[in-house]
Amino acid sequence: MQSIARFFARYTIWIYAALAFTFILVPIVYTIIFSFNDSRRSNIEWRGFTLDKWIYLCDNQGVCQAFANSILVGVVATVLATTLGTMIAIALVRYRFRFRGATTLLLFLPMATPEVVLGAGLAAEFLTAGVPKSALTVILAHTMFCISFVVVTVRARVASLDPALEEAGRDLYASPSQVFVRVTFPLLLPGIMAAALLSFALSFDDFIITNFNSGPFTTFPKYLYTAASRGLPAEANVVASAVFFLAIVLVITAQVASAARRKRLAAQ
Amino acid sequence: MAFGAFTTTAAAPVEAAPRRKSRVALLLLLPGLAYLALFFLVPLVSLIITSLQTRVQGGELGEFEAGFNLAVYGQVIGNYGPHILRSFGYALAATIFALLFSYPLAYFLGVTLRRYPLLQALGLTLVIAPFFISFLLRTLAWKQILSDEGIVLGTLKSLSVIPPDAHVTGTAGAVIFGLAYNFIPFMTLPIYTSLERLDLRYVEAGGDLYASPARTFLSVTLPLSAPGVISGTLLTFIPAAGDYVNASNAFLGSPDTAMIGNAIESNFLTQQNYPVAASLSIILMASILVLVAVYVRRSGTEDLV
Repeated sequence: MQSIARFFARYTIWIYAALAFTFILVPIVYTIIFSFNDSRRSNIEWRGFTLDKWIYLCDNQGVCQAFANSILVGVVATVLATTLGTMIAIALVRYRFRFRGATTLLLFLPMATPEVVLGAGLAAEFLTAGVPKSALTVILAHTMFCISFVVVTVRARVASLDPALEEAGRDLYASPSQVFVRVTFPLLLPGIMAAALLSFALSFDDFIITNFNSGPFTTFPKYLYTAASRGLPAEANVVASAVFFLAIVLVITAQVASAARRKRLAAQ
Repeated sequence: MAFGAFTTTAAAPVEAAPRRKSRVALLLLLPGLAYLALFFLVPLVSLIITSLQTRVQGGELGEFEAGFNLAVYGQVIGNYGPHILRSFGYALAATIFALLFSYPLAYFLGVTLRRYPLLQALGLTLVIAPFFISFLLRTLAWKQILSDEGIVLGTLKSLSVIPPDAHVTGTAGAVIFGLAYNFIPFMTLPIYTSLERLDLRYVEAGGDLYASPARTFLSVTLPLSAPGVISGTLLTFIPAAGDYVNASNAFLGSPDTAMIGNAIESNFLTQQNYPVAASLSIILMASILVLVAVYVRRSGTEDLV
């Protein structure tokens, strides 16, 4: 008895962690399992295993179109936000300028504002300006909330960059633009990639801001919200599961790559 | 101000070449800042203007003209008082539950797994895994799991553990549960970042000085992880207070659990009562800014800025 009690005392935190991870994974596993359900109109009861929903995904045009729209918005918003955000991050670390406090405040506020306020504000602006809601208004909105996250991510990378490397470039008579293209940019690239992935993930999963600014345009989360009240088709689970697996593969690849790089650096 | 609370993970900037080429700085900053001004600041102003508009006499649904109808704020607080209270109450409860759940998990990842980098990476991936499955789908999954005849309640009912008319979805408890679940990663990651950098020699010192483990935790570990706890609670509380997905009828809520976000959504998108939606948004944003400022000041983290 006593040894059992000691075992539990010693491994409490491991047991807790195992339970906590299981809890976190419950709705994910549920969603993935129900992507294989041979469902009819609603996907609530288990009716048997099938791969049909994965293979004939685009037979359900609503899901497929919404998914394609989300990819389009995600890519365009990511490119815009990553470009604008990286420029700001470089300026923040590398240059002294006036209104620095105001700049940091302007970057911080969108992250501290509830999404519903950002969404309603943009919708009010578009309404006043007479801009019809479309894919464009969704892209404009997504770019806005991604910029701050890009700045925070890239800024850490710029700050950890050793200025001596760029100095070496200048000492070797490289022009400022050559130094940027050959030295600075490649060194910043991992940070920029991380920021781009974060932007895409934020854009792809955004519902609240999108709902206010999309009008007839439907992204994947908006499709889910509209369809939720009448029951979601299993195809929705297929899209979400596929994205999940892809993201997990990306994260694991990135972690293995960075572990390998650390090892290589340590060996040198 | 509270900037520091969000950016504690960022390294301190290397001070380089002061006052160099400020024109380049301007060129780098201008496009992004102009974008934020146009699509973040102007919308806030636009919300204020919209909130003060008055209905066009004899106009159609959604037709308003410029005005200075400050009375709308009084009406809105009167009509939507319960929504406002529920928003902050639910968000507070969800933040506390998420903190109680996440702190031990973050401790496990940041301290217990410190000597096992591979397990640590795996654990972190598991914590952020919910990010990779749609926010709406994972909430719907909980709705189905917790539904009246679902896996959990159905089983308990057939075993007669709970009465056959018991239900979870549509209650305040379900909404708080959903909010807490959805923001676990936002709570766990900042606390993990703080605990991962915790110098364990301080904790050992506590033991050497004959402090009990509980005492050591309260006077050493917890204060040293405070920046993470502050970031985590803010990153959970703010989006939770403005959320309207968990509390909506099609998800975990019912009309009795409607939060301020639900009121903003229905007034803006369904009833086209823009001034009410806009004034509710302003009230939400102002209350959050005040609460955050007080909270950050109270926690004594000015040195983080």
